[in-house]
Amino acid sequence: MSDARTDRDGLASPQRRHVLGRGLALVGGAVVGNAAAEKAAAESAAAPPDVPEWMKAPGADVGSEPYGSPSRFERDLIRNIPKSLPQYTSASSRTPLQDLDGIITPNGLFYERHHGGIPEIDPDRHRLMIHGLVERPLILTMAEIRRFPSESQIYFLECSGNPGFEAMTGRTASDLVGLVSCAEWTGVRLRTVLEEAGLKPEARWVVAEGADAAAMTRSIPLAKCLDDAMLVYSQNGERLRPQQGYPLRVLLPGFEGNMSVKWLRRLNVTAEPAHSREETSKYTDLMPDGTARQFTFMMEAKSIITRPSGTQRIARGFNEITGIAWSGRGRIAQVEVSVDDGQSWTVAQLQAPVLTRALTRFRLPWTWEGAPTTILSRATDETGYVQPHFAELTAVRGVKSFYHNNAIIPWRITASGEVTNGFLKA
Amino acid sequence: MASSRPRARSAEVDSASAREGAPGRRPGFAVGHGSRWVLAAAALAALAAAAQAGPRYGLGRPATQAEIAAWDIDIDRDGRKLPPGSGSVAQGRTLFAAQCAGCHGAKGEGGSGERLVGGQGSLASGKPLKTVGSFWPYAPTLFDYIRRAMPLNAPQSLTSEEVYAVSAYVLNLNGLVPDDTVLDAAALAAVRMPNRDGFRPDPRPDVPLRARPE
Ligand code: HEC
Repeated sequence: MSDARTDRDGLASPQRRHVLGRGLALVGGAVVGNAAAEKAAAESAAAPPDVPEWMKAPGADVGSEPYGSPSRFERDLIRNIPKSLPQYTSASSRTPLQDLDGIITPNGLFYERHHGGIPEIDPDRHRLMIHGLVERPLILTMAEIRRFPSESQIYFLECSGNPGFEAMTGRTASDLVGLVSCAEWTGVRLRTVLEEAGLKPEARWVVAEGADAAAMTRSIPLAKCLDDAMLVYSQNGERLRPQQGYPLRVLLPGFEGNMSVKWLRRLNVTAEPAHSREETSKYTDLMPDGTARQFTFMMEAKSIITRPSGTQRIARGFNEITGIAWSGRGRIAQVEVSVDDGQSWTVAQLQAPVLTRALTRFRLPWTWEGAPTTILSRATDETGYVQPHFAELTAVRGVKSFYHNNAIIPWRITASGEVTNGFLKA
Repeated sequence: MASSRPRARSAEVDSASAREGAPGRRPGFAVGHGSRWVLAAAALAALAAAAQAGPRYGLGRPATQAEIAAWDIDIDRDGRKLPPGSGSVAQGRTLFAAQCAGCHGAKGEGGSGERLVGGQGSLASGKPLKTVGSFWPYAPTLFDYIRRAMPLNAPQSLTSEEVYAVSAYVLNLNGLVPDDTVLDAAALAAVRMPNRDGFRPDPRPDVPLRARPE
């Protein structure tokens, strides 16, 4: 499994791993270019009167890439992988939100959070066991799971710590909230599979377990299992990627990402939650009085401007402001944008489709006259919930709760058009 | 078919109502006040009843008790599913030095792996330190987690005896059991963690709502 091997190489030097990763990608592609020549070509515009060289000879053959990959000119568009972590077995990488359009995250750029690395699972050997408070304990193969009635739904998935309350220092949109992605998921309603096993009257929770080295375990309230929860085997039309739980995962729309257990191998129907380490030691929210909130599943409404955003530079004149909004409670009803640091707000356009528990793209046309300012976005969902300011959140929760930070994100714009994180001192 | 039955709308449930009547329920944990989760226990029972009578596609095969026993490694907070066997603090000390200290430090002070010791009394301070000793509410969870996920480089490699031993040592490092302790299912379930009553249900939305803009 080359991914895992590259990861392990990366332990010593994540920097080197990037280079390695790109090298591998190129070997897979048709062209291995000379770096200097590439640069020269990029600098000389293919503008009149010249006719570009790519019109003067046939391009690569049909099928020269059996599984297509992005243009080699887009090779910097990669996951945002933190540098110099003590270990990469239990860690995360982020989606480069500021460089993406629309609402669907490409599978290769979907954020990752693994607790025991990425297992390489043979789908023919994989089994799902359903047991506990059921009439008929079952073992299912992947072929059998795909025979159940299927459905496809577009939902976002977001890590609950996106970002931590004391980690608001990122430079880019990805650094700040890159632990959110969105895809079209195909699979079977969890309800259908539970009905196949038959629930006993005392059933109240379903404890899901992954077949990874963390044997990731989370308890899901039965009401969610019987509502919109899915068992998913495909993402954006193709089978799940190993990083997303191949061959089978849970998908709980609107709930914190960790609960959508990947590499699913076991569903234990119970009367009580497991109180596993991941729902006591972790994924609980510590309050200033020393108590902690437990079973904080919902990802509340949130938005971020992805363009213009941190590390970008804008020019005077017309600039489209665009970004994404989402809510675990349902549809986005409205996104407002402020271009004067929150003194006034303008309702942005929402791009259809506006789907429940999916990313929603918003846009606002804007002419920048060159004055320094700060731009913000705030989302309202269909329940009337309005995305709060960071200070409003911390007034209630302090800064030690780590998870479920859905604060408004400010981007500061300097006179030269540079965009920086508005949480940082100018 | 499934689609002809009424679907649950915004079926969310709070931990309190979901736990109504559940065995081993402790007062003071999930009191349910302030909860915005909307599905009552009765509605949930109706949903569950519908799921009992659901269609059968005839997919899958029965799981035998032996197969379930081989895979089911879930330990609940009361430790009722802890396996037979036992292990001592002394055995755990040796094992920890060999298999855990490389990542967690010789005394559990942390390294590439998390800090496992200390922080008791710090949770309400400006510098809360969350560890097994200061934060974890239930001792059986320690067995559950170490068995399924540790050591990070070789999970599910320890015997039950070894997991009891190393659990005993981590609890001992936190001053929660004495040096001569031997833990088995009953003894581990009886360990009272300092932060046992420190958890509350989710009260969100908890931030004052602004009037919804026009
Ligand atoms: C290769 C490094 C490594 C080794 C060896 C290792 N651990 Fe860990 N341990 C970790 C990491 C990393 C985490 C955090 C994992 C996560 O959060 O997903 C962790 C987490 C834990 C936790 C949870 C801490 C908390 O507060 O949530 C416990 C308990 C633990 N380890 C015990 C052990 C024991 C006991 C051993 C020896 C049998 C061991 N570990 C061996 C790296 C290691």
